[in-house]
Amino acid sequence: MATYSLSIVTPEREIFSAPVESAQLPGMEGSFGVLAYHAPLVAALNPGLVRITDAEGRELRLFVGGGFFQVSNNQAQLLADSAEFASEINAERANAALDRAQSRLAGKMDGEVLQRERAESALARARARTRVAATR
Amino acid sequence: MASLRDIKRKIRVVKNIAQITQAMKMVAAAKLRRVQERVQKGKPYANTMAELVGALAPNVKDFSHPLLTTRDVSRVLVVVIAGDKGLCGAYNSNILRLGHRFLDGQIAQHGAGNVQLVTIGRKAGEYFTKRGYKPVQHFPGIGPETPYEQIRAVSNTLTGLFASGQVDEVHICYSEFVSPLVQRPQNIKFLPIEPPAADATATGKASGATSDFIFEPKVEELLGVLLPRYVETRVYQLLMEATASEFGARMTAMSNATKNAGEQIDKLTLLANRTRQAGITKELLDIIGGAEALNG
Repeated sequence: MATYSLSIVTPEREIFSAPVESAQLPGMEGSFGVLAYHAPLVAALNPGLVRITDAEGRELRLFVGGGFFQVSNNQAQLLADSAEFASEINAERANAALDRAQSRLAGKMDGEVLQRERAESALARARARTRVAATR
Repeated sequence: MASLRDIKRKIRVVKNIAQITQAMKMVAAAKLRRVQERVQKGKPYANTMAELVGALAPNVKDFSHPLLTTRDVSRVLVVVIAGDKGLCGAYNSNILRLGHRFLDGQIAQHGAGNVQLVTIGRKAGEYFTKRGYKPVQHFPGIGPETPYEQIRAVSNTLTGLFASGQVDEVHICYSEFVSPLVQRPQNIKFLPIEPPAADATATGKASGATSDFIFEPKVEELLGVLLPRYVETRVYQLLMEATASEFGARMTAMSNATKNAGEQIDKLTLLANRTRQAGITKELLDIIGGAEALNG
């Protein structure tokens, strides 16, 4: 099957760069898949699971904490706020983070809208992360 | 005149100091390298981000985003980035002097109640608190190991204050890293941001006609979520540059200190030898004088 090159970068480092057959991404307006020769696209991503089939047909799963995806001319870039391979996620820590996010949101959060937004996005991230960890 | 023993003791002390400064220089050099590596690793993200913003911006007509709006300036935020530690030559004092002067200029222009201050690094916090300024927020200094979340927190604070209309402009005073030997303190207007110009190379790489792109969600919304991230990468760059400057300055300062200690040791050794010889000569004279007296 035809492949295209995909690189996944976070502000800290490049975590993946290789030819892939397909990728499934958690788009802001719904999950979508990208194969080779995809039309030029720029999309915003929610926190969630990214599923990649690499050139050898192996499946890779990773968690991204939101970000952007861009593809044109069979060159794709995923700009992730944060990214972890499913195999690297520490399930215990992910669950602890989820609990923390939940309790923070349940607590004294009525005041600032911005604070609330941030806590909510932290919760969404934590939730997605534990889900990705569970798919291992 | 100091006795031979005193001089020898002093030589030992200076040697110890030279060892310490030498070690500190190596540590600073290693940390500088780590910061530079980190910047290098972050480059792909920052570049793609700038490219994306540059490619998207021309596709949007009459776009307004809180982070882009230029308002009449009545309230400003000044951010001063310094280090946590001293022993780095004039690094801290240079940047603090610049920040102080700039802050006072802003206060004179807009009134004390309309100028807010955010300090990063212990030295900056202490400097301004001691002089009676009250930073609205203080962040600890940034090192090569600082997690990205902490940098994101800094960025969120700045964009939060700006987007909510509490300040109309954000200025950052930091040290530009020119080379390990040269750091240039400067202040820049950080917010409202100017989107990077969609230069020919960026759009060319995005296959020329960016209007052919599918945008999901709509390009306006996309840019709306993209911009805060873009600001974040800018904050990250500035902080890393300031950190690189700090370690560069420390490396240079410690290297100079080691060199000076070496000179001191040479001088003191010379003095010690002279003193020793003077002592021997004096003893010889005494012996000869005594012998002469017996013969006479």
